[in-house]
Amino acid sequence: MTTNTRMLQPRGDHLVVCDLVPEGARVLDVGCEDGALLRLLAERRHVDGRGIELSQSGVNKAVARGLSVVQGDADTDLADYPDDAFDVVILSQTLQATRDPKGVLRQLLRIGGLVIVSIPNFAHWRNRMQLLLRGRMPVTKYLPYQWYDTPNIHFCSIRDFVALVDELDATVVKAVALSGRGERITFNAPWWLWNLVGEQAVFLLKR
Amino acid sequence: MTDTPAPSTAGDIEQAQRREIDTPSSHVARFGADDALALDAGSTLGPWQIAYETYGTLNAERTNAVLVCHALTGDQYVASTHPVTGKPGWWTMMVGPGKPVDTDRYFVICANVLGGCMGTTGPASLNPATGRPYALDMPVVTIRDMVRAQTRLVEHLGIETLFCVIGGSMGGMQVLQWAANFPHKVFSAIPIAAGARHSSQNIAFHEVGRQAIMADPDWRGGSYLSDGVRPSKGLAVARMAAHITYMSDESLHRKFGRNLQDREALTFGFDADFQIESYLRHQGMTFVDRFDANSYLYVTRAMDYFDLAAEYGGSLPQAFLHTDTRFCVMSFTSDWLFPTAESKAVVRALNAAAANVSFVEVASDRGHDAFLLDEPELFRTVRGFLTGAAHARGIPAPGGAA
Repeated sequence: MTTNTRMLQPRGDHLVVCDLVPEGARVLDVGCEDGALLRLLAERRHVDGRGIELSQSGVNKAVARGLSVVQGDADTDLADYPDDAFDVVILSQTLQATRDPKGVLRQLLRIGGLVIVSIPNFAHWRNRMQLLLRGRMPVTKYLPYQWYDTPNIHFCSIRDFVALVDELDATVVKAVALSGRGERITFNAPWWLWNLVGEQAVFLLKR
Repeated sequence: MTDTPAPSTAGDIEQAQRREIDTPSSHVARFGADDALALDAGSTLGPWQIAYETYGTLNAERTNAVLVCHALTGDQYVASTHPVTGKPGWWTMMVGPGKPVDTDRYFVICANVLGGCMGTTGPASLNPATGRPYALDMPVVTIRDMVRAQTRLVEHLGIETLFCVIGGSMGGMQVLQWAANFPHKVFSAIPIAAGARHSSQNIAFHEVGRQAIMADPDWRGGSYLSDGVRPSKGLAVARMAAHITYMSDESLHRKFGRNLQDREALTFGFDADFQIESYLRHQGMTFVDRFDANSYLYVTRAMDYFDLAAEYGGSLPQAFLHTDTRFCVMSFTSDWLFPTAESKAVVRALNAAAANVSFVEVASDRGHDAFLLDEPELFRTVRGFLTGAAHARGIPAPGGAA
């Protein structure tokens, strides 16, 4: 693109996702906001990218930047897409805001050969401490909402998510835990430890 | 393009209108009887002609052509002065140097539709078999027929693939028809304020307009041109009824409210007491100066018959299966003629066909006509979408870089 080449520092989880996407893939980003990840994927991975976004203002911004995005709701609109329509389907920090996470995940696995899901980890130690010591629902930099006005209605932990993937007979090909600053936690660790120290996690799944 | 001075007197206007029917001020592509056009109605039309304007320059690779499809009563003068009314083109905010459809970058073509009255063969054109205007002897045409005529023009201009087909309302129907029937000839498509079919309510409004024309004693079974009269009153009423459907209640209220026209009090009669009445009468009267009544019957019928899914066994996704065209579907929040739901049905079908699609709903309170008005979000979207598509197509920006 010739105009507006202003590049902000890409988000840590976006960089992790980027590494998981094959060059030139057909990609659907569900809950793509203003298209920052799609743009990164187009620049670094030369993907044929599309997006779905709930807010019309996000959609309009993304389309005005030359990205292919439609307004839609992951809970209801994924059913429109045919089987295997995309090589990769991405759900970035959105699963916890869906009404039916299991149904959404099932649709994602149907539409895409590979599925990338990133989630905030509710079982992070900071959240556990807030609940344990203060007796209040956790409010952190990554979960900045009060319990009564949060769009996030279905929180899970890393271990909960892995259990759901098992239930859907899908496979975790790769998982990356991220620190609060969006940096990869590089050491190898069992799930229980990641579940404690990972503030977010990115999963690569396949059927 | 020739910029003829606009006619001023009523007689001049009528003369100019008649001249534009067969010998328009714009370019014309003429096709002989051996090059007849096959129509959905089962008959053929030939000889026939299509009138068009172009803007910008076709590049050496012939990859930068944009076809603009006009709405019901539009014409080929999208960005140049109208030869009858002397008014600027109907989409000068959208099409021109540095505009969203940038004529410094793209080669823009706009043709008068089949059945029109500005130089493309229609019911007002001279029937070579009789030496008189066709009137109702002209076969009924469809949106697909209009598109067929456009494909012949595009071939005539030596263009294999259009970079983009864009249009609003009836123009949007043509865009969808192009993309469905000729996916390999359409790199990108922007249907605005349109749908995949004309709704029952829309057909109903059109029928009111047609009945108004046919009820005018000067319509004479359609043969008014040969008889030297015109059903102006009927056509004006048709336009008044249609004009209401192009606006929203809110925009009408903001513009006119219940304000009185040139008077302090109600007259307790049937003069145009209210500003809205006087506005509609003016709209009706000026429309008569530039449009032909029979042509109005034909183009409204073409819209009524439009049902893209029906062409594909009732399945709209089937119309777009395996398409590589990049779509940008647009609608307006206050459009009740082609509400957002109609556009979303198209988007759903495109998703079901795994097509490359964007969808933008523009917040506007100005109703269906918003696509012709100053709507920054509309312009931003078209500019951004076309820039992205041009990048993918390798069409350089005016500055030089791709």
